[in-house]
Amino acid sequence: MSYLEYSVKYVPSGLRKVLYLNWPLAFLIVAVACIGFLMLYSVAGGSYSPWADTQIKRFAVGFVLMLVIAMVPIWFWRNMALLAYAGTVLLLVAVEFTGATGGGAQRWIDLGFMRLQPSEAMKIALVLLLAAYYDWLPIQKTSRPFWVLLPIVIILVPTALVLSQPDLGTAVLLLTAGGIMMFLAGVHWAYFATVLAGIGGLVTAVFLSRGTDWQLLKDYQYRRIDTFLDPSSDPLGAGYHITQSKIALGSGGWGGRGFMQGTQSRLNFLPEKHTDFIFTTLAEEFGFLGAISLLVLYGLIIVFCITSALSNRDRFSSLLILGVATTFFLFFAVNMSMVMGLAPVVGVPLPLVSYGGSAMLILLIGFGLVQSAHVHRLR
Amino acid sequence: MRRSPRDTAISARRISRRGLILGGAQLAFMGVLGARMRKMQVEEADAFRLLADENRINIRLIPPARGQIFDRNGVVIADNEPSYRIVMVREDVPDVEAMLDTLSGILPLSDEDRERALKASRATPLLPVTIVDRVTWDDVSRVAVNAPALPGVAPEVGLSRIYPLGPEFAHVAGYVGPVSDRDLARYEDPPPLLRIPRFQVGKVGVEAQLESVLRGVAGTKRVEVNNTGRVMRELDRTEGTPGADLQLTVDHQLQSYVQARLGEESASAVVIDCETGDLLAIASSPTYDPNKFVEGISVADYGALRDNDRRPLASKTVQDTYPPGSTFKMATLLAGLEAGLVGPNDTVKCNGFLEISGRKFHCWKRAGHGNVDLERSLKESCDVYYYDLALKVGIERITAMARRLGLGERHGVPMSAESAGVAPTREWKRSRFGKDWVIGDSVNASIGQGFVATTPLQLAVMTARIATGRAVSPRLVKTVDGAEQPTGAGAPLDLNENHLRLVRKAMYAVSNDRRGTAYGSRVIADGLRIAGKTGTSQVRNITAEERRRGVTRNEDLPWERRDHALFVNYAPADAPKIAVSVVVEHGGGGSTSAAPIARDITLQALYGEDPPLDAYPTKDREKIRRQQAELKKLRRDSERPGSGNRA
Repeated sequence: MSYLEYSVKYVPSGLRKVLYLNWPLAFLIVAVACIGFLMLYSVAGGSYSPWADTQIKRFAVGFVLMLVIAMVPIWFWRNMALLAYAGTVLLLVAVEFTGATGGGAQRWIDLGFMRLQPSEAMKIALVLLLAAYYDWLPIQKTSRPFWVLLPIVIILVPTALVLSQPDLGTAVLLLTAGGIMMFLAGVHWAYFATVLAGIGGLVTAVFLSRGTDWQLLKDYQYRRIDTFLDPSSDPLGAGYHITQSKIALGSGGWGGRGFMQGTQSRLNFLPEKHTDFIFTTLAEEFGFLGAISLLVLYGLIIVFCITSALSNRDRFSSLLILGVATTFFLFFAVNMSMVMGLAPVVGVPLPLVSYGGSAMLILLIGFGLVQSAHVHRLR
Repeated sequence: MRRSPRDTAISARRISRRGLILGGAQLAFMGVLGARMRKMQVEEADAFRLLADENRINIRLIPPARGQIFDRNGVVIADNEPSYRIVMVREDVPDVEAMLDTLSGILPLSDEDRERALKASRATPLLPVTIVDRVTWDDVSRVAVNAPALPGVAPEVGLSRIYPLGPEFAHVAGYVGPVSDRDLARYEDPPPLLRIPRFQVGKVGVEAQLESVLRGVAGTKRVEVNNTGRVMRELDRTEGTPGADLQLTVDHQLQSYVQARLGEESASAVVIDCETGDLLAIASSPTYDPNKFVEGISVADYGALRDNDRRPLASKTVQDTYPPGSTFKMATLLAGLEAGLVGPNDTVKCNGFLEISGRKFHCWKRAGHGNVDLERSLKESCDVYYYDLALKVGIERITAMARRLGLGERHGVPMSAESAGVAPTREWKRSRFGKDWVIGDSVNASIGQGFVATTPLQLAVMTARIATGRAVSPRLVKTVDGAEQPTGAGAPLDLNENHLRLVRKAMYAVSNDRRGTAYGSRVIADGLRIAGKTGTSQVRNITAEERRRGVTRNEDLPWERRDHALFVNYAPADAPKIAVSVVVEHGGGGSTSAAPIARDITLQALYGEDPPLDAYPTKDREKIRRQQAELKKLRRDSERPGSGNRA
């Protein structure tokens, strides 16, 4: 399908586009970001510096960027997909290179006003390319082995690069988001069943072989897996963090301990309280009501995205919106699971709330694409 | 390329279906997250709240101020003074080594201090570590001024014990020290207070015996700490109760005099109020400075005290027992009188010895006293008279009388290791030595030798009881927390007053009759005359070998084998106010070394200051004048207030 198919006469032009933005979605985004500012103000002990003020500036830049992207027709972004993907892969390779010469794991590129992590950008670039790929691919070919293998390569190349940084969290996120994109595009169930069965079999084999002569991993690797699966077996390391996080969350109770009254965060029992564990501070200070409110806001964002995607007759737009929504979902689902002790600790921020430039910028770019698809949808 | 409308429709349907599946799955997972939140924050909230409070709230004990100890006139014997120390909070010190270097430029820091601080900072990274203890206020100021250069270093203040009078009350008040494992072992469940770092408990003397009164009750405060254990703020506090103040019966002026008068002799003296049993002075020499123990005595200093053969650490007044020698004769005499087996005019002929079942018991006067009546027997301390009396009266009556007079029993004075002494009986000997009592034991006991053993305190009590006829018992603590303690006036002893009068008259003669053994140490001031009794207790017999070599006199023996010299007296003789006992270890004869000390102490106690010289016989006055001047100088020198702080 090409842009020639878009009925241009139905698409708003010029400043009128602003009226066709998905405004509820934009307001939800601002609302979530404001919760983030509030929490950053709180964890800094009631101060805009060092986090809240910077975060507000970044959000402002990101929000404007989102609107600008939304104004650009969606078919332009589809045409940019391969370029964005290739460019981000190159950046990942570049980071790998400078990281090596720098003598340490360096994951970012200095843009002057912020440090950009190519691995974050890849989360959107991958979704963009897969959406474009399945838009281009005739539907009949979707489940043919070759045309299944190609997107797998597209997913695995950046995953491998990210994994070598090493950044397990992002790698898993890329893999999952890519898989979900393939699922949405209509790849046959049997492929997913096979992959899932294969993974299940491998995991079973790894665990069953433990302690036997033919065990698949070294002993220290098993011990790492143990800690990964059961943080309490390492009470002073990861286990300490997760325990303190759970205590903070649980002690919030129904109504919370009050703004800036969270003892766990104020007294530094919480690790990374301004980034990955910021949700615990929210849950501690505003309780179940505060935590569930944020979850509802996130849920509404997902619902608005899905509604927008399903009402859009353009395959690329639908896939793109659902991909961005899925990426967004994976962010907060993994983060919340982690701080509630449902998942192992991996470095995934709470989207739009955690302090950090790259993730926020990338998500706002993603939402810019969603808005663009919404504005330029077939009517 | 173009795509058929059918194509697009299929694709749209597929995306719709799978999009809805995905959306459903996502919402379902969010439901799981919400349920998990509800479980943790609503159902288990209380448990988590408890854990959060456990995290942040520490309960700290506030050590109570220890009760002070005063003398009977309100002079402080044991006090609390602020004690400053320099501590560091490890997490705030960037570089411990560098910090210690900076600090050593500001205040004296020994290599030992450095080592300890480094070790402690590694061992307990989360708690404040004491770098130097007992620094002066000047050092504290210097650290405060240099605070910017010393991050994480701060002065702290606590209370520490100090004994302003130094050595004078070492054996009475004792001293405190840091809690040791032995202190903890005394409790089945040691009070948490004892776990406070640097908490002080009584180790010896009144400090130890009345620990429970002096200690007080700890307060508690709840503090909020951060993840590194640092106190952020105090949440609330419950004040404890400071320990009760004690007032002793001791008069520090008199105690100071007695201590000075005993000097470096291995000796002890007790002054007891005949009316109330108040211990006006209870001194043991040589003594030591209790402040050294509070600060942590050096190994060398402690070794010197421990190995000194005059035993400065012993409270000889209550803890050491001596054969009372001839001071015991009053007990034997009273036993005989009460039994009606001897009268004032009955005489015994002393030939210098008495032969009993083939064994010769000698009188101290080898030539013998000739015919001896009751008064003369005591005045000249004839032993044979008492040998004879013992045969008639028997050990049961003698021991019973000794007990009535306060010998052979503990008096419950709150000083360390009070001994009961021994007032021997047949059963006692059998159970102790597994041997039967023989007549010779009774004979020896009659003159306070053999198995009889008494403490200087008991001798003073005995003398007070003879002087008053009442069961005076010693009292060391006058008030606790302002409440007057029961006096030791005691009930009448139920002794025949005529018998007591006979004994008192004889004791008067000891000190005032020209032939009395203590005549040389008499007082001539009217109304202040003393009635006393000398005693000499053998440490060991002179061996036949030594006798052959010509050693017959005590002075020829090495110090540690010389006899103990004892003297007991009460005064004034006609209206007894005080009773005094003096024991000079290895001092030779009671009349020569103990009686003069007892006389000086008696006069000092009665006058409340240096007595006028005309209270003394003319020939002694010059000597006494020199002695008074000397002691005055000695006491002035020792009156410097002790300092717990580092110089």
